[in-house]
Amino acid sequence: MAAVQELQDLVTQVRRDILRMVHKVNSGHPGGSLGCTEFIVALYNEVMELKEGFDMDGKDEDLFFLSNGHISPVFYSVLARRGYFPVEELSTFRLINSRLQGHPTTHEGLPGVRIASGSLGQGMSVAIGAAQAKKLNKDSNLVYSLHGDGELQEGQNWEAIMYASGNKVDNLIATIDLNGQQIDGSTDDVLPMGDLRAKFEAFGWDVLDIKEGNNLEAILKGMKEAKSRTGKGKPVCVLLHTIMGNGVDFMMYTHAWHGKAPSDEQLENALEQNPVTLGDY
Amino acid sequence: MTKYVDQGKNDTRSGYGAAMTELGRTNSDVVALCADLVGSLKIQPFIDENPDRFFQIGIAEANMMGIAAGLTIGGKIPFTGTFANFSTGRVYDQIRQSIAYSGKNVKICASHAGITLGEDGATHQILEDIGMMKMLPGMVVINPCDFNQTKAATLAIAEYEGPVYLRFGRPKVANFTPVDQKFEIGKALMLNEGTDVTIIATGHLVWESLIAAENLEKQGIAAEVINIHTIKPLDKDAVLKSVKKTGCVVTAEEHNYLGGLGESIARVLATEHPTPQEFIATQDTFGESGTPAQLMEKYGLNNKAIEKAVLKVMKRK
Repeated sequence: MAAVQELQDLVTQVRRDILRMVHKVNSGHPGGSLGCTEFIVALYNEVMELKEGFDMDGKDEDLFFLSNGHISPVFYSVLARRGYFPVEELSTFRLINSRLQGHPTTHEGLPGVRIASGSLGQGMSVAIGAAQAKKLNKDSNLVYSLHGDGELQEGQNWEAIMYASGNKVDNLIATIDLNGQQIDGSTDDVLPMGDLRAKFEAFGWDVLDIKEGNNLEAILKGMKEAKSRTGKGKPVCVLLHTIMGNGVDFMMYTHAWHGKAPSDEQLENALEQNPVTLGDY
Repeated sequence: MTKYVDQGKNDTRSGYGAAMTELGRTNSDVVALCADLVGSLKIQPFIDENPDRFFQIGIAEANMMGIAAGLTIGGKIPFTGTFANFSTGRVYDQIRQSIAYSGKNVKICASHAGITLGEDGATHQILEDIGMMKMLPGMVVINPCDFNQTKAATLAIAEYEGPVYLRFGRPKVANFTPVDQKFEIGKALMLNEGTDVTIIATGHLVWESLIAAENLEKQGIAAEVINIHTIKPLDKDAVLKSVKKTGCVVTAEEHNYLGGLGESIARVLATEHPTPQEFIATQDTFGESGTPAQLMEKYGLNNKAIEKAVLKVMKRK
């Protein structure tokens, strides 16, 4: 197991990547990316069982699907730093002829990406399909997915949520990034989500909370628990309580940085709060 | 003219079901999904023989498209099944992002296409699906004409790697193409050679075109009839070769004239060999309740309408 400090160093470096990527092209989504940095770093470097290299079918390894594709900066940075593609390529984010499109896609052949996402609400269905394929293939590895909380306003999710429990898709761990924010404001202001735990439970899922969703140790403990609940006839939902914009004080606790890049000055300030650990791309 | 014999009326959807039964036995990667329309899609035999490879999704077509995309990750070849309306318009963005843009090997198999769905009326009669599907980059669009051809097409798309939209219908229609024919995606079929006019038809309109050609022969008009079962990719060489000989064309399809086969042909002709063309298609309208035959008559989609269009287009040469 990687020491938590090693993971923390990676988190800090990924944060720098995110900030520098969106700053360079003056576009992209830093808020949700920063809020999920600890989670995706933990997933790819501790939680998931991964093979070396990348193939689309991903047999005999765990799979991850990012449904809220707009947090592509954190996904790309973690993939690159896990070795899926050269870290230098992060500098091409959102530029013409890049494999690092604004939202993730398989279209340009970027290793690590298995589905296009961006138009919201589709990832859970895809994850269920991949989980069902694993069962058919007698592959005991798991499927992980990540969804925004606001994203659950898309109706397709509830079709998928109903299907997964009805069909005992118990090799799936779907995590909801519960940051309480979406583009136009808080989820409470835009469209109240109600009690998500009660909703998932009513749909027949096994639900657990990770209350400190930006705390690596809490994430590791929570995901270990989530894993232990797979294979028991129910899909598993993790409610990951995060802070949007985590790690950059002026980006935290607000929806303002959902889809906005920092200025030169703001970038400098943000990077000072996250000093280089592994080296910038 | 070449004689075609109806081997016994049958529905194209049963051709799909028959092929699925065969694929169930011959290709272990093939899996079937359905959104609560097993009976309509004729796939009960597949389910009986391969219960583990069947996914009953319920009335949730968006979820079905996503699950199908996911199933390809792991090497499965998913065939989704529901009515054409719910296979396309209802789930356009799911197909666009999770299947087409993601390049997934999903076969979207759509029954009850067009106006011949009949009595259920316009809510269920999609006449825009070919347009929607052909606009998606990388999507293959196939509209076979009878039971035998639908069966052959279904078997063929299992061997093809990439997203496919396969469109077929509800009513029992003439079954006149060969049993056990080899189906080549993207290859037009010459059904009858002629020199005066080219009739290019797809789906249920192919049989109507053959009847029209017979009637025209009695009037001394030699109509060439081409069956375009694959609308995308379009066999433009076959189209050009024929119209260069005949000098005029009628396209015939059970679809809106906007976005359908006719427009695809017109684009080829406009850029490579401008030719007078008439369109047998619905005229930017919704359908309505009625029997298939009544609707084909009312919306100008039968052999009589084709005959009239031929006489008109020949004057424009």
